[in-house]
Amino acid sequence: MAAKPKLYYFRGRGRMESIRWLLAAAGVEFEEEFLEKREQYEKLEKDGCLLFGQVPFVEMDGMKLTQTRAILSYLAAKYNLYGKDLKERVRIDMYTDGTLDLMMMIALVPFKPPEEKEENIALIVKKAKTRYLPVFEKVLKDHGEDFLVGNKFSWADVQLIETILMMEELNASILSDFPLLKAFKTRISNIPTIKKFLQPGSQRKPCPDKQYVDVVRHILQF
Amino acid sequence: MAGKPKLHYFNGRGRMESTRWLLAAAGVEFEEKFIETPEDLENLQHDGSLMFQQVPMVEIDGMKLVQTRAILNYIATKYNLYGKDIKERALIDMYIEGVADLSELILHLVICPPGEKDAKLALIKERTTTRYFPAYEKVLKSHGQDYLVGNKLSRADIHLVELLYYVEEIDSSLIANFPLLKALKARVSNLPTVKKFLQPGSQRKPPMDEKSFEKAKKIFKIK
Repeated sequence: MAAKPKLYYFRGRGRMESIRWLLAAAGVEFEEEFLEKREQYEKLEKDGCLLFGQVPFVEMDGMKLTQTRAILSYLAAKYNLYGKDLKERVRIDMYTDGTLDLMMMIALVPFKPPEEKEENIALIVKKAKTRYLPVFEKVLKDHGEDFLVGNKFSWADVQLIETILMMEELNASILSDFPLLKAFKTRISNIPTIKKFLQPGSQRKPCPDKQYVDVVRHILQF
Repeated sequence: MAGKPKLHYFNGRGRMESTRWLLAAAGVEFEEKFIETPEDLENLQHDGSLMFQQVPMVEIDGMKLVQTRAILNYIATKYNLYGKDIKERALIDMYIEGVADLSELILHLVICPPGEKDAKLALIKERTTTRYFPAYEKVLKSHGQDYLVGNKLSRADIHLVELLYYVEEIDSSLIANFPLLKALKARVSNLPTVKKFLQPGSQRKPPMDEKSFEKAKKIFKIK
């Protein structure tokens, strides 16, 4: 019986959160090792685990995987969340690549100097409202189906609900002009694996706080 | 018979060049429609061709694809340059994301203000010789094969060799201590399709000069 995937990262969202979401959505149990001291990070480097000296790092199926997108694509393919053929897959790629860009912007916000934070958040909210969310509202409107691609739950749906929830933390009324996305959010939240992940006590991580930022800066030395 | 893929972008490398390289390496002929004015970009945006209002956009197999990674993933899969199974694909993805990260730094060098250029250049050189080149040299050394993954040419080799050419343009000495990377560059450059693409007159784009930079800024409304 294969061992559970093991995730190595800080005790926080950052670039690992999308990976936790996808594993959870697929109903896959996983272990986590939290980086709290510089020595742990140096050990991973010394052991040759980090191809480019960076985390996220996931050990699974006998592989030492780094690079967020590489890990996500692997999981999506392995757990049948990547569409039924190449044409569905390219649509999933287009949707997830767009939202990943947005989420990586959000992940960097805690590390910006205080005077830039508000402007940065305003920019992210604007991009979400004008560039990304309208696209997904239209996709759902055009086919009238429950899921973004192929009338079946996929990585694209997981990515989108994660994005919506993070955006709501920045701006509570972000979905006010998007009724289909509101319905989508409710529907996806009720999928058993997602519902479980949304409950307290799951491996989902909270909003980054000062302590998280301090730990990351200490370990990565910046 | 399907039409040729059609690439929509400005007449420069930017985020479209890796797609040109991949198609060329796969021996696929393609057409290009260059965005020359802000109006050209606006027309594409208004006719619904650009999912997120951005280019690159590639018309292929009846679809209008956007997002560089989605485009490259599609082409690589279609032309069998993405490994034989999901594990090989994961390795390829890991390697190409590293290439993408360094390429992103180089891309931003072009648009960064003159006062910051020196610092950015120093960072690129440092990352190249201490993070990225050693990683790929180690991969090649570990299996001793001609290509990065699965003993077969894949997009990983093509994207990496493209990057090696950009690094060479910045500083040709950076590759000095990486014999296996040098060998990979030579090997891939000698493949007939790549050799053809490297010759003058191909659709490969030159480095951006001052004039084309000003033009691109106008089109994309960058200050």
